[in-house]
Amino acid sequence: MTRNEIIKPENLVYKKPTLMNDNHMHYCPGCSHGVVHKLVAEIIEEMGLREKAIGISPVGCAVFIYNYIDIDWQEAAHGRAPALATAIKRLWPDRLVFTYQGDGDLACIGTAETIHALNRGENITIIFINNAIYGMTGGQMAPTTLMGMKTATCPYGRDPQLHGYPLKIADIAAQLEGTAYVTRQSVDTVSAINKTKRAIRHAFENSMEGKGSNLVEVVSTCNSGWKMSPVKANQWMKENMVPFYPLGDLKDKK
Amino acid sequence: MGKIKGAIVVNTDRCKGCNLCVVACPFKVIALTKEVNVRGYNYVQPVLEDACTGCCSCATVCPDGCITVYRVKE
Repeated sequence: MTRNEIIKPENLVYKKPTLMNDNHMHYCPGCSHGVVHKLVAEIIEEMGLREKAIGISPVGCAVFIYNYIDIDWQEAAHGRAPALATAIKRLWPDRLVFTYQGDGDLACIGTAETIHALNRGENITIIFINNAIYGMTGGQMAPTTLMGMKTATCPYGRDPQLHGYPLKIADIAAQLEGTAYVTRQSVDTVSAINKTKRAIRHAFENSMEGKGSNLVEVVSTCNSGWKMSPVKANQWMKENMVPFYPLGDLKDKK
Repeated sequence: MGKIKGAIVVNTDRCKGCNLCVVACPFKVIALTKEVNVRGYNYVQPVLEDACTGCCSCATVCPDGCITVYRVKE
């Protein structure tokens, strides 16, 4: 069978989700953001919520997410996405409201908003991209930077005496009464991507059913910030990030 | 025969040459070329097309959604 005989519309098994448009993504080659964007677009498409989905974009690399996924978006002030999501969900209770935030946005400047929105049990989903570094501004130390990890602002490695300890947001969220589903996933391999997809879908379903707030932390890579190739960054993530940020569901309220 | 055959089409203008699909492919079907696209990135192309089973590994890991996968049962 020749290539031309296989390439026919009836044999199609995988294509870029239709909600993801053809705009060229500004992310560096191999960035985890692209994979998570693709998952979000696929899930909204599969759930048939194109007209009902409202996303809140963060300040950080993912600020331009509204250019890439064709649903309604609102841009929040730095770290204030969960507060804005709260307002939107309360005004439009039948909408799928989710935020998409990085670690600088969610775990640093927006910690208060995040924790209080989760604790109030707002029916929203927070997608948290944790790459342990400030990617957009050039690789500075983030609250989630690992111990001993070198960044532009801690060139000798993160020292607890000087910089404190890394923040485990998902572990904090799991302790809160208001959260329905808290999970930590990654997007480095095919099986991990499929698990993350199931996790985001479960979180979206929970928020539509009004079960409470949901947090999906995605342990990701920032190969430019880490100064590695995309493939090496995935390996580094598995060896260094996953032992500190163990993957799996932390809380799933029935 | 019941053999599963696959084929992939790469959107070469969108590809950034991150190499993640090359590592993800279990049959080494896809490889980075020396040519560059309009944006100056090396892009990937299928090189061992007969080995492709249409498993979608390359397309799943692609951060930019450049790969379309077709599969047929002979």
